[in-house]
Amino acid sequence: MNTTTKYAATALAAALGVTVLAGCGSDDGSAGSGASKGSGSKTVTLVSHDSFNVSDKVLKAFTKETGYTVRTLKSGDAGAALNQEILTKGSPRGDVFFGVDNTLLSRALDNGLFTAYEAKGLDRVAPDTQTDEKHRVTPVDTGDICVNYDKKYFADKKLAPPKTFADLLKPAYKNLLVTENAASSSPGLGFLLGTIAAEGEDGYEAYWKKLKANGVKVVDGWEQAYNEEFSGSAGGRKAKADRPLVVSYASSPPVEVLYADPQPKEAPTGVATGTCFRQTEYAGLLTGAKNEAGGKALLDFLISKTFQEDMPLNMFVNPVVEDAELPELFTEHGEKVDTPPTVTPEKIAANREQWIQSWQSLVLK
Amino acid sequence: MAVPVAFFALFFAYPVTAIVGRGLKAGGDWQFGRIGEVLGRPDILDVLWFTTWQALASTALTLLIALPGAYVFARFDFPGKQVLRAVVTVPFVLPTVVVGTAFLALLGRGGLLDELWGVRLDTTVWAILLAHVFFNYAVVVRTVGGLWSQLDPRQEEAARVLGAGRFAAFRRVTLPALAPAVAAAALMVFLFTFTSFGVVQILGGPAYSTLEVEIYRQTAQLLDLPTAAVLTLVQFAAVGGILAVHAATVRRRERALRLVDPAQTSRRPRGAGQWALLGGVLLTALLLILLPLGVLVERSFDGPGGYGFGYYEALQSVGAGGSSTFLVPPLEAVGNSLRYALVATLIALVIGGLAAAALTRRAGRLVRGFDALLMLPLGVSAVTVGFGFLITLDKPPLDLRTSWILVPLAQALVGVPFVVRTMLPVLRAVDDRLREAAAVLGASPLRAWREVDLPLVRRAVLVAAGFAFAVSLGEFGATVFIARPDTPTLPVAVARLLGRSGELNYGQAMALSTILMLVCAVSLLLLERIRTDRSGEF
Repeated sequence: MNTTTKYAATALAAALGVTVLAGCGSDDGSAGSGASKGSGSKTVTLVSHDSFNVSDKVLKAFTKETGYTVRTLKSGDAGAALNQEILTKGSPRGDVFFGVDNTLLSRALDNGLFTAYEAKGLDRVAPDTQTDEKHRVTPVDTGDICVNYDKKYFADKKLAPPKTFADLLKPAYKNLLVTENAASSSPGLGFLLGTIAAEGEDGYEAYWKKLKANGVKVVDGWEQAYNEEFSGSAGGRKAKADRPLVVSYASSPPVEVLYADPQPKEAPTGVATGTCFRQTEYAGLLTGAKNEAGGKALLDFLISKTFQEDMPLNMFVNPVVEDAELPELFTEHGEKVDTPPTVTPEKIAANREQWIQSWQSLVLK
Repeated sequence: MAVPVAFFALFFAYPVTAIVGRGLKAGGDWQFGRIGEVLGRPDILDVLWFTTWQALASTALTLLIALPGAYVFARFDFPGKQVLRAVVTVPFVLPTVVVGTAFLALLGRGGLLDELWGVRLDTTVWAILLAHVFFNYAVVVRTVGGLWSQLDPRQEEAARVLGAGRFAAFRRVTLPALAPAVAAAALMVFLFTFTSFGVVQILGGPAYSTLEVEIYRQTAQLLDLPTAAVLTLVQFAAVGGILAVHAATVRRRERALRLVDPAQTSRRPRGAGQWALLGGVLLTALLLILLPLGVLVERSFDGPGGYGFGYYEALQSVGAGGSSTFLVPPLEAVGNSLRYALVATLIALVIGGLAAAALTRRAGRLVRGFDALLMLPLGVSAVTVGFGFLITLDKPPLDLRTSWILVPLAQALVGVPFVVRTMLPVLRAVDDRLREAAAVLGASPLRAWREVDLPLVRRAVLVAAGFAFAVSLGEFGATVFIARPDTPTLPVAVARLLGRSGELNYGQAMALSTILMLVCAVSLLLLERIRTDRSGEF
C-alpha cells in the first residue's frame, strides 16, 4: 500500500509538471495577456458577459494611449455575470464590470457593487441614458429588443408585417410569433417589459391572455427561438422553421447581412418598430478593485469615440455618445427605432419577480 | 488516500458547502425552516416529480437499448468494430446545445419523422428520453461491454456442458459476474439523467424542468440562493441515497473474476440468430446515434452556394469585417480544448487511481463513505460548484478564480468518478492470492503491483483515461464560467457562435461541432488501438 502511494505520488508530481508546462503553453498562445501578467498594475481587468467583444486594434490603441493592457473575463450571460459579481463583492475578480442593463441595474446598485466615478467625456453621452446621478455606473450602449419578421414570408403571403404590440393580436398573425421564456432569457424579459410599458401594469395580463389565444409559442432561450423556430434566420431556414415572427434585437437584420457570404443586397429580416423595449448597458468601477486608476482610464475609454464606433459591429448595439458615427451596415440595413415607452429601473426592481411569476402562470401553464 | 481526500475537500466539499451555507444562513444563523418552506411549494414538487420519473424512464430505456449493444461489442467480431465503438462514444462528449439542434432536426417540424410519418416529438417527453439514450448509450456499452469482453466464455460453456440451458447458464454464470458492471452503468445513466440540464432545457421547452435546471435558474438568473441551496440539498440527498443503495448491491456481488484477454472472447457471429442480433444493434446505432451526428455534419457543409468547405475556411480567420466573436480564430479552440483535456485527464487519473487503489485495499465504513463521496460531483450542478469556486478560492495563494488551472480542475472533478468506477471493479476482481504468491516468491510490493496489478488493470486505466479525456473535452457547464475569452474551449466556442444571428456564425458552429466530434472520435480511436496493441502482453 505504502509503495503504491509513493508510486502514485511520483505520478502526481509528474502530472503537475506537465500541468505547469501546458499552462505556459496556453499563456504564450494568448497574445498580450501572458506577457503583461507579471507587471501587475499595468494590467486592467474587465469582467463582462459572453456577448462582450472588441476589436484587437482598439484594445491596442488603449494600451498605446494609457500604458494599460486590458485583460477580459467573460462569465456567462448578462444575468449570471452580474450575479457572480454580487457574490464576490468586495473581493472582485477584476477592476471594471461591463454589462449590467436597466432591467438589473438596481440589483447592482442596491448591493453596492460600484464605486462612484464620473468618466471623462460624459457630457457627450445622451442624457436620457444617464440614469444614475451619483455616477456609480456609466452608460455605454443601448439596444432595442423588438419583434423581427421574415420578409420573404410576408411578401409571399402578400401580407403586411405587424408594426405594434396591438398588431400582434390580430387574427392575420395567428400562430406566427415565437418568443423566449421571460424567466430565463433576457430578450424574453425585455419583451414582457415592453408589453408592460405599452399596455400598462393593469393591462399587460389581459394582453398576454389574448396573445396566448393568438398562438404565441414560448421557447427557453434566444438561440432556439431565433435559430430553430424563426423562418427568417439562416439557421431557421435550414431547420425549415415555420414561425415568421420572433422576439430578437433591432440589430439582428444587419447581423444577418454581415455574417452571410456573399452578403445579400437587402437583409432577409425586418423589425416591427412599434414592439421595442430599450435596454441600456452600463459599466462601473468595482468596489475593491485592485487597479483603480486603470479602471478609471478604462471607463473613460469605453465612452471614447474610438470604442463607441467599434462597438456596433462587435456587439451589435448602438453607441450612447452623440457624435459617434454608425457604420454603414447599420444605417443601411437597420431600422431606426424612436425612443420606445419604458419602465424605470426602480419599478422593474420592485416588481420584476412578481411580473415574471404572473407571466409564468399565465403563459406557461 | 490523503491526496484524493485533500483534493475533494478543497475543490469540491469546501466550495459547495460555502455556497449552500450562504443560502441557508441569515445573519449567522442557520435557517433550516426554509427547507420546509421551499419543499412545500407546488411548483417545486412538480419539478421533483418530473426529475425522478424521467430519470427512471430514461435509465430503463437506455439499458433496454444498449445492453444488446454491450453484448455485441463484447462477444462479436465484425469489420469496423473499433471505429464504431469510438463513434458511439462521441455523443457522450458533445455539448448539449449542439445535440439539441441535431435532435430538433430529426424529431421536430419538417424533421425526418415528420416527413415520413407526420410524427413530431419536440417538446414532448419522448424527445428528452431519446436524447438521453443517445447520450448514454456509450456508458452502458463501455462499462458493461468492457467487463463482458474479459469474462471467460468457457465458464458459461462449462455450465452448459454440465446440463444448464442457454438461459440458465447465462443467468447463473454470466449475469452475476456482470451485475456490478450493469449496476454501475445504470447508476451512471440515472445520475446523468437525474441531473440533466441542456437536453431538458432545449428539447423539453419551458414546460419541463429538472432539479438541475431549477438550481441553475435560481442561482444564475434570480440569485435566489436560499431556494437554490434547498434544491441543492435535495439533489444531494437523492444522489447520496442512490449511491448508498448502489454501494450495498455492488459489495454483495463483487468477487474475484477470472479475467481474460478480450481478443480471445470475441469471434465472428454464427447462425441466423446471432447475425440478426448484430444487424439489429447496428441498425439501432445507425438510427439513434449516427443519424443525429450526420445531420450536424450535413449542415456544416451546407453553405449558401451549395455544399462546400466555406464554413471551415471561415474558422481560420478572426472574423468578418475585422469584428470577431473571439479574439482568436475559432479554430484555435481545438488546441485549447486538447490542452485543457490532457491536463484534466492526468489529474483525474492520478486522483482517481489513488482513490481506487485505496478503496481496493481498505475496508470499513469510512472508506465506503468515501467511495460514495467520490461520485457526488456527478450529481451536483455545475453552477453550484462554479459559484462555490467564486466565493471560496478567492484569497491568495488560492485565488484561482481567474487562473487557467480552474478549467482542468473543474473538468477533472467530473472525470475522477469515471476513473474510479472503471478501475474499481477490475481492481477488486484481481485475485489477492496472485499478489500473495508474488510476495512469497520474493517480489517487493512495488514489483508485485507492477507484475500482477498493472497488466490486469492497464486496459481499465486506458478506458478510464479515454472517458476522462472525452468528458473533459465536452465539459461545458463549469468551463463556461471560467474559460478566458482568449482561450475558449470547443464547446464554449460553439455556444458563443450559436448565440449570434447570421448564417456564417451558425455554419461555423456546425463546422466546429463536427470538428469536436472528429477530435473526440480520433482520440477514442487511438485509445482503442493502444489497447489492442498492448493486449498481447497479457
